[in-house]
Amino acid sequence: MTSARPAVPESPVSPDHDSGAWVRGLGASGPAHDETVASLHGLLLRVARAELRRRRAQLPLAGPELDDLAHQAAADAVVAVVRKVGEFRGESRFTTWACKFVIFEVSTKVGRHFWQRPTVAMDGEDWDRLPDRFGLDPARAAEWHDVVAALRRAVDDELTDHQRRIFVTIVLNGVPLDTLVAELGTTRNAIYKTLFDARRKLRAALVTHGYLDDDVSRQP
Amino acid sequence: MNSWRSLERFLRTDPTDAGCAETFELLDRYVERQLAHGDAALRYPGIAAHLSNCNPCVQDFEGLVAAIGGPAGSASPEK
Repeated sequence: MTSARPAVPESPVSPDHDSGAWVRGLGASGPAHDETVASLHGLLLRVARAELRRRRAQLPLAGPELDDLAHQAAADAVVAVVRKVGEFRGESRFTTWACKFVIFEVSTKVGRHFWQRPTVAMDGEDWDRLPDRFGLDPARAAEWHDVVAALRRAVDDELTDHQRRIFVTIVLNGVPLDTLVAELGTTRNAIYKTLFDARRKLRAALVTHGYLDDDVSRQP
Repeated sequence: MNSWRSLERFLRTDPTDAGCAETFELLDRYVERQLAHGDAALRYPGIAAHLSNCNPCVQDFEGLVAAIGGPAGSASPEK
């Protein structure tokens, strides 16, 4: 994986009027600081509630429990924004920059909620789920059976114990990535990188054994 | 077309993939660029590559788009 920053750096910019007001308020002391923090909390709580409503189809919770999650996300996001405001460079509006923290906190809280009340098995290794996971048509099993068998051998032979655990938990058991982050006490980036490396190794193994071409997949 | 295309697509990795940490770092700029000019993927190809593979970061991207598309996008501390 590589850096995503533009090859041509963006010009330094001064924060717009509203963004400047937010930054000055958070940097102030006394009532001015407290009022800005209260405004920030109100904004981020509204965004957290809206984001949870947007995701409600995927969530097995509603009402007070959902609102409690919104309050937790907003409170933690306010702490993060106040702590990091010195890093804000005005390359986006302050509200956009601040909102990404509360969106991320919503993801974190939802992931932790699933971990505390799992709806799918976190352990075990059920390869029967793989065809459904990837939309493999049972009527065409003769075409993909050998590929799946080779993939299973590669998972056993090529992956480290940690990579295998991540692959099985996310891909076979369908545990959301952010839930695994909560279980392992790690970061989304660390889990993604582990899965990224596992995918690369598994694909290389299937190429080596002739199930996939180096660039395009082998035709049946 | 083979019948395991989705599996093959899942295993394919993009070396330009920026990862979750870098995507979070730049997500505010990516979203504003996308909403203002529609060319965020050209300016930040590593983020675009990541968003084509990472569902949690896609959720965050879509959530931030929804958030700043509403009244929050232009709020000042007084509001």
